[in-house]
Amino acid sequence: MERAEIFEKLNNVFRDVFDDDTITVSDNTTASDIDGWDSLMHITLISAVEDEFDIKFDMKSVVAMKNVGDMADIIEKEA
Amino acid sequence: MLKELQYPFDSQLILKKRRSLKKKLLSENKSFIDKNIAILGGSTTHDIAEILELFLLDFGIRPSLYESEFGQWWQDSMFPPKELELFNPDIVFIHTSCRNILNYPSITDNNEKIDEMLNTEFSRYEQAWQALKNKYNPVIIQNNFELPYYRLLGNTDVTDRRGHTNYISRLNTKFSDYAASHDAFYINDINYLSADYGISKWSDPFYWHMYKYCLALDAIPEFAFNLAAIIKSVYGKNKKALALDLDNTLWGGIVGDDGVEGIEIGHETSMGQVYSEFQQYLKELSSIGITLNINSKNEYENAIAGLNHPESTLSPNDFIIIKANWQSKDRNLFEIAKELNIGSDSIVFVDDNPAERAMVSASLPDTCAPDIGSPENYIRILDRSRFFEVTELSSDDVKRNEMYRANVKRAAEQTQFADYGEYLLSLNMKAVIRDFDPVYIPRIAQLTNKSNQFNLTTWRISESEMAEIAKNDRYMRLYGKLSDKYGDNGVITVVIGEKDNDTLHIRLWLMSCRVLKRDMEYAMLDCLVADAKSSGIKKLRGYYYKTAKNTMVKEFYGTLGFDMLEQTDDSSQWILDLNNYQNKNKYIEVER
Repeated sequence: MERAEIFEKLNNVFRDVFDDDTITVSDNTTASDIDGWDSLMHITLISAVEDEFDIKFDMKSVVAMKNVGDMADIIEKEA
Repeated sequence: MLKELQYPFDSQLILKKRRSLKKKLLSENKSFIDKNIAILGGSTTHDIAEILELFLLDFGIRPSLYESEFGQWWQDSMFPPKELELFNPDIVFIHTSCRNILNYPSITDNNEKIDEMLNTEFSRYEQAWQALKNKYNPVIIQNNFELPYYRLLGNTDVTDRRGHTNYISRLNTKFSDYAASHDAFYINDINYLSADYGISKWSDPFYWHMYKYCLALDAIPEFAFNLAAIIKSVYGKNKKALALDLDNTLWGGIVGDDGVEGIEIGHETSMGQVYSEFQQYLKELSSIGITLNINSKNEYENAIAGLNHPESTLSPNDFIIIKANWQSKDRNLFEIAKELNIGSDSIVFVDDNPAERAMVSASLPDTCAPDIGSPENYIRILDRSRFFEVTELSSDDVKRNEMYRANVKRAAEQTQFADYGEYLLSLNMKAVIRDFDPVYIPRIAQLTNKSNQFNLTTWRISESEMAEIAKNDRYMRLYGKLSDKYGDNGVITVVIGEKDNDTLHIRLWLMSCRVLKRDMEYAMLDCLVADAKSSGIKKLRGYYYKTAKNTMVKEFYGTLGFDMLEQTDDSSQWILDLNNYQNKNKYIEVER
């Protein structure tokens, strides 16, 4: 899957989860950039991303994820 | 009802869009009952609380939620923090799982040791339940346990006492026994839910080790829906009746075209068997008091002929109202509701045709018209929709269909009398009107939670609260039972007054719509006045609080001869001086 397409889909997931249509994510986006992205919302987000791309993150990669770019890297490999 | 929250729902969508769904639910113009619900968890409860809230709002219950600190279910039950005491929960839900079991047998333990272990484990829970009961007298909902994620002994895990599968099953039996012998205590059956969902997926270790969730996030909507179903049932928000289509719903084929011999029902063909099993399921629903009705586009004669098919499990007698005609189905459904004297929101419309379902939903948005899928899925979808979740099964519930049948007979007879009074006399009505009897407390509480139309103040009272009211001298209480030549209606009316010097404030007056226009309210007032006078009361004060459903009784106290004291847009107050009160009941023989 093209990286641009991944980010387009990620934007939709983020917009749904945080109920904010203005969100646009990039490689460097982290939890501190998005209002409401706390550890609890992170659980919902991960699950929604898995559902969107029909993949399952393993624990190790979720633990190591530092920003949206890391997430997109895994999706690029798996999806 | 929000389409997104109706079974079969898309769990991911609910999880993802919970924020916008909540906004939508709160912006709907509907009335809610407010309840305080404490969630005491042995694992993370955050998403459970949020998703539970959505389903409850959809059922018309607006919860305030309290969540214990992580894993503190036992400490919060035994030594409640100030915050929980102030919260004073109506419902306590204990969210534990097999991850919370402290003592598991090991392979070196003997049976005595294991029994002792089991009792220790159980008594930890029992202590917590008792402490909660003594403190708040709440409705308690307790998870039982899902089966373990792995089986050390393989298939022997279920037979050997040292096997964790065996151990958990025994613990679950103890929980069930406790629930069966205690009021206002219900099991949230995650043992069934997790099996239904698939234990491998349900107990995904990822969620436990990453977030301390004892179940996978994706399973939470089904979990929360099941829990919400128990709560809405406790507060009387179950459905009461089914309106069923015939062709391709109760049998295969179209009776008008294919003829009675051409429809598929019975054990000759696989499709016939599917419809037979569905009819059997409906018959079982009827046995727990769910009213079956027909709403079909058919010639009446053809409909009856189809139901009289020799292989048909259901026969015309199993239905209370049969609408088989060429009217639109929303109109038929509206008439069924009216004839049964229940709200159209209490009826579930079951039809294989999506166009008919859409039409009924559009014209009666409160009526559930589930997408029942193909015939082999009808039972699963209706069952999982938890329309008829049982928390109390009173003898009245079981008899309900007899009562509706008697009502249909009464209505037929009524047309033969020129004078309504003559008709009432002909019914040979007998009533019992007394102070609350302990055996009727569950039914009385159930009525306060179910009655919407003939209900002056809509005071919802749980069974445990009712037991307190029954003991309190401050209150004057009456329940009324009514029977006639067609049958016994059981307990159908309740009045609770609060004494204040020479005045009795009527805090609750309700009556089941089954017995409207039978003058039962006059008999109740006569008894209330007699009791009031004998305890030195000189005045009755009545209150009417408007809801979306009780305009029927807006002028109730006026018709009983009370004078209005004041009136606002949504309430009124009335007074009756007991001097010179004349008894009003003329047709009912009352036993005190």
